Amino acid sequence: MKREILEILQENDRVTAAEIAVMLGLPEEEVRAEIAALEQNNTIVKYRAMINWEKTEIDRITAMIDVRVTPQREVGFDEIARRIYRFPEVRSVYLMSGAYDLSVLVEARNIKELALFVAEKLAAMDHINGTVTHFVLKRYKQEGVILDELNDAERLVVSP
Amino acid sequence: MTIQINQRVQAVPPSGIRRFFDLASEMKGVVSLGIGEPDFTTPWHIREACYYALEKGYTMYTSNSGLLELREEIARDIERAYGLSYDPHTQALVTTGVSEAVDLALRVILEPGDEVLIPEPCYVAYGPCAFLAGGQPVYVPTAVENGFRVSPHDLEAKTTPRTKALILSYPNNPTGAVMDRESLAAVAEIAACHDLMVISDEVYAHLTYSGEHTCFAGLPGMQERTILLNGFSKAYAMTGWRLGYALGPREIIAAMTKVHQYTMLCAPITAQKAAIEALRNGERERGRMVAEYDRRRRIFVKGLNEIGLGCFEPQGAFYCFPSVAATGMDGLMFAEELLKEEKVAVVPGEAFGASGKWHVRCSYASSLANLKEALQRMERFVARHEAQPHP
Repeated sequence: MKREILEILQENDRVTAAEIAVMLGLPEEEVRAEIAALEQNNTIVKYRAMINWEKTEIDRITAMIDVRVTPQREVGFDEIARRIYRFPEVRSVYLMSGAYDLSVLVEARNIKELALFVAEKLAAMDHINGTVTHFVLKRYKQEGVILDELNDAERLVVSP
Repeated sequence: MTIQINQRVQAVPPSGIRRFFDLASEMKGVVSLGIGEPDFTTPWHIREACYYALEKGYTMYTSNSGLLELREEIARDIERAYGLSYDPHTQALVTTGVSEAVDLALRVILEPGDEVLIPEPCYVAYGPCAFLAGGQPVYVPTAVENGFRVSPHDLEAKTTPRTKALILSYPNNPTGAVMDRESLAAVAEIAACHDLMVISDEVYAHLTYSGEHTCFAGLPGMQERTILLNGFSKAYAMTGWRLGYALGPREIIAAMTKVHQYTMLCAPITAQKAAIEALRNGERERGRMVAEYDRRRRIFVKGLNEIGLGCFEPQGAFYCFPSVAATGMDGLMFAEELLKEEKVAVVPGEAFGASGKWHVRCSYASSLANLKEALQRMERFVARHEAQPHP
């Protein structure tokens, strides 16, 4: 039940508990309780809209920054990751395997703002050995949703 | 010259869906519950496999029976699912959709005047195909009271010395009915007793929502008299690829292959290559689609019942078949008025047989948002017409 509820909500958080209960053939109370528990323990972290900013006239620029870090005794990468993620410009931070350590997704209003953040805040931090900044040029798909607007093939209206 | 169309062809009525289709396709802003196909696009890994095959140059004929590799996968799939064994060399034929397989099966078993029992409401092609093959369709009505399952008693009553075959199609289009093992066993008894061939179209088998699908050929003694038909359209969202298959007794498959060889030659190789991928790696995506249909089914059935369109709970396929009698209209009138007034396309039940007269078929192979919109529009429509009952 848990997996199904989470899948439904991840796809569309506006589906109500009552509707989920019908979909899964479960008592509404049970579904309600399960969702409450999932919210309580932070499995369901947040409900929010997914926005394609490129459709607006509002300026926004996104960069993925590879960060090489010297891990610190006892805390490893956590300490530095925390220092990075507290900046509101930072949308996500992941610890990675491979050629660099942290992958940081940063959003800003323009290139200047972003460059400033990297140069003054990120690269200047202690224990950071180097950064490589990749600007996002076009979003094709994000979090499982295709943003690329292709015309769907048309279906018949009525067929046997 | 005077063009003369063959009398048998002339005698076949045009599909009841046709007129309605013309009406609906001219309108804008229609919410369609009229489609008899998945609203999903074929899973990407299957489409990608087809690209790859094209790149490699798979653009030629295959053997008449279809690629052996595909027939082997089909046989393995059926063995895994039902424990039934078919020899891919002699007991399998790959066809251009289940539609072709229905036609071939009827053509090879019927003599002129032979009767074919067809429980209805049912898919629109069975009767016309039987008739065009020289046979005589004998419809056996089913009713909502019996969950649209065919009753052995009714079958028995329609059986005559000329009865040659029986067509079963469960899970059923348009009702969504399924037959459990016990009900099918009673039908099997009649088939054995009257020595009938059974054509079992199980194209919706994977779309069964409660319990396991029972394969008719898997009932004791039935494999030798069953032509088992299935395809890729519904389970793998591959309607436009036109790919199906027939499994059955050697003599029957040999005869069907003979007709197929002179009429179709072979099914398209691109679709066959894609189907191999579907059978090898398609389970996950198929499961995801089936789970999604099941959720929509529950929402939609509840919605229909709440707005006053009594609907029995379909256990298979992706159709609801509610009664519209409460509005004072028959299915045909209801569908036409609903389309005109609220722009929702459903299919009149009568298109699938006389006992569908007071019903309409609604496909829930449509997004949740579409289904909710349709329910709202239908609710308005029903409320308006209950208040002013038709004479």
